[in-house]
Amino acid sequence: MTSATLRHSIWILRGNPLTGIAATGVLLFVLVAIFGPWIVPYDPIVSNVSEALQPPSAAHLAGTDQLGRDVFSRLIIAARLDLTIAVSAVGISFVIGAVVGAFCGYAGGRLDRAVGRFVDVMMAFPLFVLAMAMVAALGNRIENIVIATAIINLPFYIRFARAEVNVRRNVGWVEAARACGESHFSVVLRFLLPNILPAMAVQMSLNLGWAILNAAGLSFIGLGVKPPTPEWGIMVAEGARFISTGRWWLVAFPGLALMMAVLCFNLLGDGMRDILDPRMRT
Amino acid sequence: MKTGLAATLVRAGRRLLSSLPALFGVLVFTFLLMRVLPGDPAVFFASGPNAGKEEIEQIRKQMGLNKSVPEQLVFYLSDIGHGNLGRSMMTGQPVLKDLRERLPASLELTFTALLIALIAAVPLGVFAALRPGSFVDHGVRLFCALGVCVPTFVSGLLLIYVFYYLLGLAPDPTGRIDVFTSLPPQRTGFLSIDFLLAGDVEGWWAAFRQLILPAVSMALFVIAPLARITRASMLVSLGSDFVRTARSVGLSWRKVVVTYALRNAILPVITIAGIVFSTMLGANVLVEKVFSWPGVASYALDALLSSDYAPVQGFVLLMASLFVLVNLVVDICYGIADPRVSIE
Repeated sequence: MTSATLRHSIWILRGNPLTGIAATGVLLFVLVAIFGPWIVPYDPIVSNVSEALQPPSAAHLAGTDQLGRDVFSRLIIAARLDLTIAVSAVGISFVIGAVVGAFCGYAGGRLDRAVGRFVDVMMAFPLFVLAMAMVAALGNRIENIVIATAIINLPFYIRFARAEVNVRRNVGWVEAARACGESHFSVVLRFLLPNILPAMAVQMSLNLGWAILNAAGLSFIGLGVKPPTPEWGIMVAEGARFISTGRWWLVAFPGLALMMAVLCFNLLGDGMRDILDPRMRT
Repeated sequence: MKTGLAATLVRAGRRLLSSLPALFGVLVFTFLLMRVLPGDPAVFFASGPNAGKEEIEQIRKQMGLNKSVPEQLVFYLSDIGHGNLGRSMMTGQPVLKDLRERLPASLELTFTALLIALIAAVPLGVFAALRPGSFVDHGVRLFCALGVCVPTFVSGLLLIYVFYYLLGLAPDPTGRIDVFTSLPPQRTGFLSIDFLLAGDVEGWWAAFRQLILPAVSMALFVIAPLARITRASMLVSLGSDFVRTARSVGLSWRKVVVTYALRNAILPVITIAGIVFSTMLGANVLVEKVFSWPGVASYALDALLSSDYAPVQGFVLLMASLFVLVNLVVDICYGIADPRVSIE
């Protein structure tokens, strides 16, 4: 980052303090995910039926669930699993999508049209339904939630990388690289991909929130994560049984955790886009 | 005008034809996907864990599982051509019949949600665009930022807590209608419309009360993209020459904003509404589960969890066809909103 970019970033952060707050929030979530097991006040798995279904209090900040487990401790422990699922899913689709999309956008022609068609087929579909069917087909395990979420994210990255490379394939420095004897392969990998990386990073941050929601939705309907593993989606699903009798904290706090995580990633993505491309500012 | 309409229809028809390969792709893809499903459905549907080998073999034969995969695919495609989607092992009924019984419930929910979302989002977007940077604009932006972050299943459950448990305004959040209510003669399958057609206001109110919470929780999630695109597109339209001209000749504010600016700004909103509809078809799974809504999505989910192939395939095919249909409607709306589109 050159000093001009840095200064520009600081200027933007001053005008839009939300981005700074969002970045802090993301950092906080990451810290909680890493150090969670050392900071929880209670064991997230061991049940303690004598304290079941207590509303929030000083001892149990977010109340206790039907087995007397501390909801707050479970929320903290769940951060690691939720973030790991989302980050690895987005990471996988980012790597595959960027490479496939970049080569297609660079090559053009029949292959490009075929891939474009395939991407359209995938996007032409209620993607959550697709993810659901894939988890069921591959087996009801956490790894498969990651794979399913990665696959339904893939079309967005392919399309994005394709479009970004397509506008750059004939610009001066690409021509220059080719003229210097670089192979097509190395033009894409060493010149074009690094160039579209910042724009893709913005896309990733915006997509992380979506991935978190998708993974939580899958575990909410009973796919992937199994009890007693703490995970935000399944905590909402378990709490759903008690909402009609007024036990709001079992749903509200995991819901709040999901919401805050998604909000932070979305705001950070928006902020990063502003820094990269001032014209896109809304 | 007549040629305009004809051009729109031709364009829409061409788009329909070009989407058929995609539909076919989805079909084959789901077929293959379902064949990888773990567990042998024949064992699952045999009389019990001790079912004899012969019995299982017979069920396999009955289901066509003893043939090779390409053969099964050909049979499946020819069955679909004859309007036969197979039989659900779970309900023992033809899938087509099951889907037909349950589809109106899902559609009623989705359309109501889309309607609520549009009624809320378009004015929000317009007001935000009329005063950019104002209190209203920031409020709308905040609402949009928060709206996309709350999962539908959480907002649905919280709505139940507030309106059912705390305020007692909403009925028990299970299903479309109280089991003791006598149903109206079925005409459209949309309960709220059928009750109205039968002139049963009390019944309509009961059905409406059941419908409103799931519809609102689904709508909350999609107001944001709709309001955002309305705002952006209105800003462009309000800054254009024809709006300045309309203002300068002294047309009323209403006429300028609603007739000229909004009509020109509506195209992108229609596009996004089509995409939003497809998202909502997927989100149906979550909302139907929360509210025990007897729709196609909850049917497919149950089938999926008991490795019953046919209903899931039927559901996926239904979703894909609905999506194609929605795109067709979007195309026609395009032609009506902006006749220039069809002429190109």
